[in-house]
Amino acid sequence: MFRLEPRAVTPVWITAVTPLLAVLATMIAGGILFALLGKDPFETIRVIFVAPLGDPYSRTEMLIKAAPLVLIALGLSFGFRAGIWNIGAEGQYVMGALAGGAVGLAFWNVEGAWLLPLMALAGMAGGCLWALIPAFLKVRFNANEILVSLMLVYVATLFLSAMVSGPLRDPAGFNFPQSRLLHESARLPIVLEGTRVHVGVLVALIAVVVAQIVLTRHLFGFNVRLLGQAPRAAAFAGVNAKRLTVVLLGLSGALAGLAGIFEVTGPIGQLQPSLPVGYGFTAIIVAFLGRLNPVGILLAGMVMALTYIGGETAQFSLGIPAAAISVFQGLLLFFLLAVDLLTRYRVVPAKRSGV
Amino acid sequence: MSTLLAIDGVSKSYPGVKANDDIHFSVGAGEIHALLGENGAGKSTLVKMIYGLVRPDTGGMRFNGVEYAPHGPVAARAAGVAMVFQHFSLFEALTVAENIALGMENAPPRRELAQRIREVSTEYGLPLDPDRLIGDLSVGVRQRVEIVRCLLQNPKLLIMDEPTSVLTPQEVDQLFFTLRKLKADGVSILYISHKLEEIRSLCDHATILRMGKVVATCTPAKETARSLAEMMIGQELAHPPVKDFQPGPVLLKVEGLSMAAPGQFDVALREISLSLRSGEVLGIAGVAGNGQDELMLALSGERLSAPGQVVLDGKPVGAAGPNARRRLGLLAAPEERLGHAAAPDMSLADNGYLSGRIRKRLSVRGFVKQGAVDAFARKIIADFDVRTPGIEARAGALSGGNLQKYVVGREVLQEPKVLVINQPTWGVDAHAAAQIRGALRGLATRGAGVIVISQDLDELVEIADSFAVLANGRLSPVRSATGLQIETIGRMMGGDFSAAEEGAAHVSA
Amino acid sequence: MDLSVIDPISLFVGLVAAATPLLYAAIGELVVEKSGVLNLGVEGMMIVGAVCGFATAVTTGSPLLGFVVGAMGGAVLALVFGGMTQYLLSNQVATGLALTLFGLGVAALVGQPFTGVKSPRVAVVHLPVLSDIPVIGRLVFSYDLVIYLGIALVAAVWFFLNRTRPGLVLRAVGENHDAAHSLGYPVIRIRMMAIAFGGACAGLGGAYLSLVRVPQWTEGMTAGAGWIALAIVVFAAWKPWRVLLGAWLFGGVTILQLNLQASGFLSWLQSVGIPLQAQYLSMTPYLVTIIVLVVISADRTRASVNAPASLGKSFTQTG
Repeated sequence: MFRLEPRAVTPVWITAVTPLLAVLATMIAGGILFALLGKDPFETIRVIFVAPLGDPYSRTEMLIKAAPLVLIALGLSFGFRAGIWNIGAEGQYVMGALAGGAVGLAFWNVEGAWLLPLMALAGMAGGCLWALIPAFLKVRFNANEILVSLMLVYVATLFLSAMVSGPLRDPAGFNFPQSRLLHESARLPIVLEGTRVHVGVLVALIAVVVAQIVLTRHLFGFNVRLLGQAPRAAAFAGVNAKRLTVVLLGLSGALAGLAGIFEVTGPIGQLQPSLPVGYGFTAIIVAFLGRLNPVGILLAGMVMALTYIGGETAQFSLGIPAAAISVFQGLLLFFLLAVDLLTRYRVVPAKRSGV
Repeated sequence: MSTLLAIDGVSKSYPGVKANDDIHFSVGAGEIHALLGENGAGKSTLVKMIYGLVRPDTGGMRFNGVEYAPHGPVAARAAGVAMVFQHFSLFEALTVAENIALGMENAPPRRELAQRIREVSTEYGLPLDPDRLIGDLSVGVRQRVEIVRCLLQNPKLLIMDEPTSVLTPQEVDQLFFTLRKLKADGVSILYISHKLEEIRSLCDHATILRMGKVVATCTPAKETARSLAEMMIGQELAHPPVKDFQPGPVLLKVEGLSMAAPGQFDVALREISLSLRSGEVLGIAGVAGNGQDELMLALSGERLSAPGQVVLDGKPVGAAGPNARRRLGLLAAPEERLGHAAAPDMSLADNGYLSGRIRKRLSVRGFVKQGAVDAFARKIIADFDVRTPGIEARAGALSGGNLQKYVVGREVLQEPKVLVINQPTWGVDAHAAAQIRGALRGLATRGAGVIVISQDLDELVEIADSFAVLANGRLSPVRSATGLQIETIGRMMGGDFSAAEEGAAHVSA
Repeated sequence: MDLSVIDPISLFVGLVAAATPLLYAAIGELVVEKSGVLNLGVEGMMIVGAVCGFATAVTTGSPLLGFVVGAMGGAVLALVFGGMTQYLLSNQVATGLALTLFGLGVAALVGQPFTGVKSPRVAVVHLPVLSDIPVIGRLVFSYDLVIYLGIALVAAVWFFLNRTRPGLVLRAVGENHDAAHSLGYPVIRIRMMAIAFGGACAGLGGAYLSLVRVPQWTEGMTAGAGWIALAIVVFAAWKPWRVLLGAWLFGGVTILQLNLQASGFLSWLQSVGIPLQAQYLSMTPYLVTIIVLVVISADRTRASVNAPASLGKSFTQTG
């Protein structure tokens, strides 16, 4: 049998290799799953993981999918490191989309370079305020932020649906529950000619760089790590846990809101009830797959985007059910948490007891 | 005297350490046998093997003449071995009776059990109320619960791991009465301690362990405390640091500090007043759970009070947080190393930054100066002789003594005006403890004021210039540490503060 | 508005049925948490229970078998969580989330062929005489067996935890796992059993949802019920009888808002100048959950006394 032995120092390569190990294990388990569904496992894995990389259109689509995932996951990762579990990013994403979208609709057909920044700010504010609800209830009343933020996902989704079938409904839309299409000034500019790659992708990249610097080189990042690992030591170091909780929840909400408004002003172009597609939940997987590390999150976001793009192709060409892709993503998180053990412990053969 | 337990060549290794190396000794029937050794000498591993929690790599044991290899505590208890743990194995939210039932194989129905608890506890002079919650009981009473739990199973061998470190002198007398009565009833006791005077007065024989090996056996009554200590540490006893107290100006004043208890099982601070001069080491004694942690938090700034209740160098700091106090020169080192004084999963370098950031200027506008951080960590390691693979090692991977040296070094090297330290040498080997005490004394000599909160009276007598006792959230008047009687301290710990006035002048008068 | 469609007796009968999935899931989670483990995957285990139960009942025609397989589905998923958190020492919060995400995916995959299919009916227990008593008969004796068993389960859990030795040991493990270990209790084995029990209960609750409450299979049909069950455990301050109370409270809110929607309450509001959409009524169970959490958690002393002290902490055996 084997025993676990705590590591004094975790080698960097272990931290880097374990997520790859998890991806590999997921591919194997996924292959078995696809075989059970009666599909050729090798062909399916190839379609999902390899084929999109060889296709220029798919490559740029990956960037578009990865941008919101990375933005949300960055915000979540800071909270997770500090032991603050915002799992309601999906709701904050919706509220950001709604707040920013409402601003865009309020100035419908009004031209001006100021409109997009204003919508982005409104989107961040919407997501941030929505996240401050669990933050306030946690620091003031000690209410569990996991449950509150999650309940607010359902509330936000219903609220979006009420708004687009009520005040924000397209007047010329035959009573369909959706808003008008946003006009040109309220749409994100394209940065790569001939593709759908928009400014939001650049913003996500910049956010990764900033987050990496803050996390590893700044007192703020240190305090975040300290609060998560040893709350009493954080108090000893003078960290105000309540204030940091509020800041971190607000920050993750703002980033989720930004992702939401980028989706509305980017690929989608209007408010509709089907806006929430689970980015807020998938981002949790992205955050863990990226080891709660900004650069890792960027890579993880790309991998996850790949499974979305490849999964869509697999649906069309091989008839793989859409749900199989969520199973796949769930499996990935499981394997990740399992291999995490290797970063904290060394597995050594147990010595036999007795004479 | 017949042999009850015989340990025959037992060895046990952990990665990097040989915890027990070919141990031989035996405990006779009706004998109180001391197991003596420093922290890390292998005492705990050995008793865990006797109690079935750990299995030996090689070697065997005999109990009552038959082969004995318990594969768990249940088997050990069935054979007649009972154990009182150093860190009690009690459940705070459960009642006394439930706790006792959990330690028995065939617990009788509730009412009958309550009755038997009352009987046994009265018989041995350890009165208990079966329906109280453990969390509401003092440390001394909790120990009674552990002992009564053992006694209800009529053990042949009772193992006691450091039983007196948490007791007042009066409670120690009470415990010894109980133990002698048990011995008279034919129960053998394996008594683990590093308190030499106690062992001399209580134990019939002693086995001394050092670095996992039996280094001597003796009859404690025939030895001196000094000779026992030298067998234990394997070298001549270090001389205690010289006290050279030259009273300077008052650095820290605490006036009428009161604070509500933070949680249900915590202690409220009541009307605490003291003053500390430059060059002075003030020792604060008391049994655990009498407000030590709470006082520590109030002084470090982790809990805030009215500004004027804590005054540093003439400036009111009661309402200032830990970092504002650090800036002014008030530093602290909490008792719990893992998770409070240090973050176990962070590197030593990060742990240096944790409290040294302000006084050592380890960041500019929030950006970490990594070079300075690493240099500070290296200096602590070098100056305080911390044994570690390097500054990148996780704090939690260091031994207790090494991490404590790192924590104390981190604060001392910041040259504070006032340092408050709780349990500076808890769980630390004698050599490291001597180094730490020397560093604290040295700090005072350089003009700082030091407050040492400790449960170890010998330690306080050794390094403190002045002395007070914390009992039930109140602080006794401060008196000189010279000419202290153990009996006086005992009365102070019991809350009789008039004892403080006897036989010594008030130092800060 | 026609409030007369809201009949207090059917309201109560509906409440008890609506509360049952929550009751099962919450009482199971209570036992898990009492052993010191926080399993946030209730939602995932419920939906897997729902799909396993439904698929089995439809395929075999036996609702009973459906409930059994539903419970097993929940328990198997729970054991995955147990293996990861107890043996591989993974973070309980993250693993619980993973369980939910994974469970939702698996259920969607397995359930695909069963969308839109009708399930066999679960019979109501009809007691001669008793069930025919006016009012009382309907209030007390008009339910199916699963509902009665649910209430019996609450009583059984109470008895187990407070009156039996294994229950005492389980509480001890949740209170202080190191002490329990040093007294020789197998901490991990006890926790694994509690986790499996919790999963089976959540699975049963899910199966009740798909076989009786709705009764059909739709993707994501638990719609947060698992999370509400977690909130009920906090609301109940880890006391079994208060779980029953909490489940009925949430069942009541759900039923009341559904009845209000059916009663034409919204068009009446519209007629007096308050245009309110149905979505706002649908929000109420979630909003009530938040409010209840806040009220209970605000009382810090009580919340902290009853919470198991080792809740959510990993146990590593040393030595």
